[in-house]
Amino acid sequence: MYPFTYSRATNVADAVRDKAGHKASAYVGGGTNLIDLMKMNVEQPAHLVNVAKLPLSKIEDLPDGGLRLGATATNSDTAWNEAVKKRYPLLNQAILAGASPQLRNAATNGGNLMQRTRCYYFYDVATPCNKREPGSGCSAIGGYNRIHAILGASETCIATHPSDMCVALAALAPTVRVSGPNGERTIAFEDFHRLPADQPEFDNTLAEGELITSLDLPEKGFAKHFAYLKLRDRHSYAFALVSVAVGLEMDGDTITDARLALGGVAHKPWRDKAAEALLKGQPATAETFGRVAAHVVANAVGQGSNDFKIELARRAIVRALKQAAEGKQEAGDMYLGGQ
Amino acid sequence: MTQTNHIGKAPNRVDGPLKVAGAAHYSGEFNVPNLAYGYVVSSPITKGKILKVYADEVRALPGVLEVFSHENVPYLAWFDKSYKDQIAPGGSPFRPLHAPDITFNQQPVALVVADTFELARYAAALLRIDYEQQAHETNLETKRTEGYAPGKGKTGFQPPPPPRGKPDKALENATHSIEAEYAHGAQHHNPMELFATTVEWRGNGQITAYDKTQGVYNVQNYLMGVFGLGKNDVRVVNQFMGGGFGSGLRPQYSVFMAVLAALELKRSVRVTLTRQQMFSIGHRPNTLQLLKMGTNPDGTLAALQHHALHETSQFEDYTENVVNWSGMLYKCENVKLGYELAKLDIYSPQDMRAPGAASGNVGLEVAMDEMAYAAGLDPLEFRLRNYAERDQNVDKPFSSKKLRECYRQAAAKFGWENRTQAPRSMRANGKLVGMGMGGGVWDASQQKSAAKALISADGKLTVRSATGENGTGTYTIMTQIAAETLGLPLKAVTFELGDTDQPEAPIQGGSWTAASVGTAVKNACDALGEKILKLAQKPADSPLMGAKYEEVEFVNGQLRLRLDHAQAVVLRDVLQASGKSQLEADSSAMPNMVKQNGYSLHSHNVAFAEVEVDEDLGTIKVTRVVSAVAAGRILNQKTARSQVLGSVVWGLGMALMEETVMDHKFGRYMNHNFAEYHIPVNADIPHIDVIFVHEDDDIVNPLGVKGIGEVGMLGVTAAIANAVFHATGKRVRDLPIMLDKLL
Repeated sequence: MYPFTYSRATNVADAVRDKAGHKASAYVGGGTNLIDLMKMNVEQPAHLVNVAKLPLSKIEDLPDGGLRLGATATNSDTAWNEAVKKRYPLLNQAILAGASPQLRNAATNGGNLMQRTRCYYFYDVATPCNKREPGSGCSAIGGYNRIHAILGASETCIATHPSDMCVALAALAPTVRVSGPNGERTIAFEDFHRLPADQPEFDNTLAEGELITSLDLPEKGFAKHFAYLKLRDRHSYAFALVSVAVGLEMDGDTITDARLALGGVAHKPWRDKAAEALLKGQPATAETFGRVAAHVVANAVGQGSNDFKIELARRAIVRALKQAAEGKQEAGDMYLGGQ
Repeated sequence: MTQTNHIGKAPNRVDGPLKVAGAAHYSGEFNVPNLAYGYVVSSPITKGKILKVYADEVRALPGVLEVFSHENVPYLAWFDKSYKDQIAPGGSPFRPLHAPDITFNQQPVALVVADTFELARYAAALLRIDYEQQAHETNLETKRTEGYAPGKGKTGFQPPPPPRGKPDKALENATHSIEAEYAHGAQHHNPMELFATTVEWRGNGQITAYDKTQGVYNVQNYLMGVFGLGKNDVRVVNQFMGGGFGSGLRPQYSVFMAVLAALELKRSVRVTLTRQQMFSIGHRPNTLQLLKMGTNPDGTLAALQHHALHETSQFEDYTENVVNWSGMLYKCENVKLGYELAKLDIYSPQDMRAPGAASGNVGLEVAMDEMAYAAGLDPLEFRLRNYAERDQNVDKPFSSKKLRECYRQAAAKFGWENRTQAPRSMRANGKLVGMGMGGGVWDASQQKSAAKALISADGKLTVRSATGENGTGTYTIMTQIAAETLGLPLKAVTFELGDTDQPEAPIQGGSWTAASVGTAVKNACDALGEKILKLAQKPADSPLMGAKYEEVEFVNGQLRLRLDHAQAVVLRDVLQASGKSQLEADSSAMPNMVKQNGYSLHSHNVAFAEVEVDEDLGTIKVTRVVSAVAAGRILNQKTARSQVLGSVVWGLGMALMEETVMDHKFGRYMNHNFAEYHIPVNADIPHIDVIFVHEDDDIVNPLGVKGIGEVGMLGVTAAIANAVFHATGKRVRDLPIMLDKLL
């Protein structure tokens, strides 16, 4: 680990100022990912600004009927928050499907958005990686890529975003509030993470020095008809091969509104709005689900060891839509759909 | 006085409180004064040469003490012999920092030593090394036709027996026959505790090495050979181990590095490997197997052929017994077994839980399932029809073998009779249900061991032997044996292990510790008992006057006549009356070759597993496992059960998730961490029933114990694979069975 200096911020303005005043600096929240990456020499910040103690840990109602998730609230506190369990059980389930209780107790909401890919090559500085060292090449292409992308990848990077929480967020479409050297702004969740294109070193659209302060969920929480289905290589403590977040609104057997997002398949949580449009107004039948699932993976590309994910994703979408339509899921159900 | 019959009961671990309280110290935790820290630099290339190590740049950092590499390593032993440890395979052992040549990926190429761990790690990251790369080959698939039969070489390795009967002809004429290839990739031991060595510099060239090892004497001998040290110059200690599974059988490069640095710097040094480096110290080899079987009209085996090929390094012929078990587990007159190695640019594989057997057992027991289906027989019935009463490999009877009783009890507990034979014929909870079985056989061996017993005037017994405790329960069972032999409560007995200042014990492997060290402990206590009897017979009015040792027994703190319990003396009174502060006795134990010569000595087991498979998604959940083990006498029901529970988890991991994946482009293992090398977590592990079928066996050793740690893993992997077939109708022959193989 390279030597670094460290400070602890007590308010947002100080944090932003402190970071701007140090070259090669980084914010650290729970540290559950950044510290690992520093030990592996993947990240080498010269200065850390600890933002975990900023007064941003509240989860509170918004006037428009939504819910504000403070950036420094832990993943555990968020998952088990009464309002989240009641109004956004999809988020509860997605968070609980990720990591371990110990990690969720330390990890923050802002940090969850900022976690980096688990690509084997990104983690191993002995191998080339465009995300870690732009221009060095992508070892995963033509290499071992079981956990890599089938959608939206580029010739420079086929990494995936590893979060479960963010897949549910992609479906719930919150606004990300950020503060930076140029003041505050908001970013729609779907615009927060990005595809690799020819700049895989950038995971998201934050400007230099910007800090996430909250996630503002809209009122609509799909609390009745939802599903989070995670498929992985063991039953806990493994990243998703494919995960699916679904939120539906139903009028009898007819779908009146739909959200559909996938994890483990792309450089960002993969929300498919066209698929959502295909669901609206349709009966909740196997035929509908199959057509929508086929649409989502129509342009999917396998990389060798992850070819199976195309078919797996298709089947997982069908299953998750069925589960959501049945409306039998409840907050706290951690092991779902065969997992 | 409390009851002093301890053997076969289920006392708690005597070292449990120490572990819970954090008072059990592991090798990387001995905080000796003035400690320096070494950090190993690993090669990013797989084959080639080091051209230059830019050590001076790093030496210039304040706090960095030295950078060791082949460029400045001092004179070390020259001959291979000096680097050979007790179970080194044939060939030329790897010598760290010996030459510029790179022969495997993550080969240790330098050690950076600094005043703090953090500084050493930082400096190691800065160290520039120029390499000349050469083309490498790490893919076993490319060597299918280049296998060769290894020579004998490694202790315990038995080349397959010659063919018996007419295996080709019999196969040709069989009523039903099958032929199938089975494969599994490399697997790493992945104990929780990292390899670490703390070397305490005692001055005058003398050191104490607190080293993570399954054999302190093995490490001491290695260090004496490599560094030219005398026996009194180097003491090796390891009292606790956070898991070994075979990874600590051979001295690892961590101990070489730490001792090198300590001797050169004349200072205490600690070296701890990283998790990633734990993937550079040996593994269960990538193995390919070809099985051919045929049956007679009555469902008996007409022919059995089993051939295995696995990888080894360029420098050693790592060997294990993969196929021999197939000539022993079932009765068959026509058998052909073959075993070959192929050299790749990798580090030497290393023994890993039930080495060889775990691999060969998957081939044999999945093939037996395939054969049962081909012959239209229930897999259990098929095994019963081919039950081996004798070990046909050596044409001897077994000293004891209650496998049939294992089958009976485990099948009843599992409810095997509820199984319907046809694949895809059982369903529950919207899932396909499958039931499978597999069994296994493992050596019941005993190695030469020594122990010392001392008793103080107040009746406190201490017994010492330089064996190991890697979580198996060694402290506890040895305490039980010693306490029962001298009729003492467990609290009055302390067993000490893991120190070359103690009498020599073999490396802790092969499931032989209970039999080997246990017998030595019993013998040492008996030798002490004879001395105590003599003291007891000194008074002219002794009630034991004239009694021979065989005629007395130590029970509940007393020494009494076996046939007349009223004729007794209190042990503590005898000791105190003697006026001696302490009595001691040494003894050793060897297998009784004369007694054992006419027999085959083995433990057996069977496992039944049930799985639920979500057919659409390919997900597999193991819902139940019943394991029955026949391994002689069980010394401690609790620690033995824990060992078998762990074994079942190992079998489950091998079946469904464990695989170290190499990117052959780099010749490098890529999932080298706990996040991506998957071992089962609690959520994967179902209810496990463990049954011990008692065997009376006075041939195998005086205690009648056979060892259980390895046999318990056998059968489990195949049982799960067979259950997946039963559920789905899909026969997956390359492990692990991950969900994509069922889509």
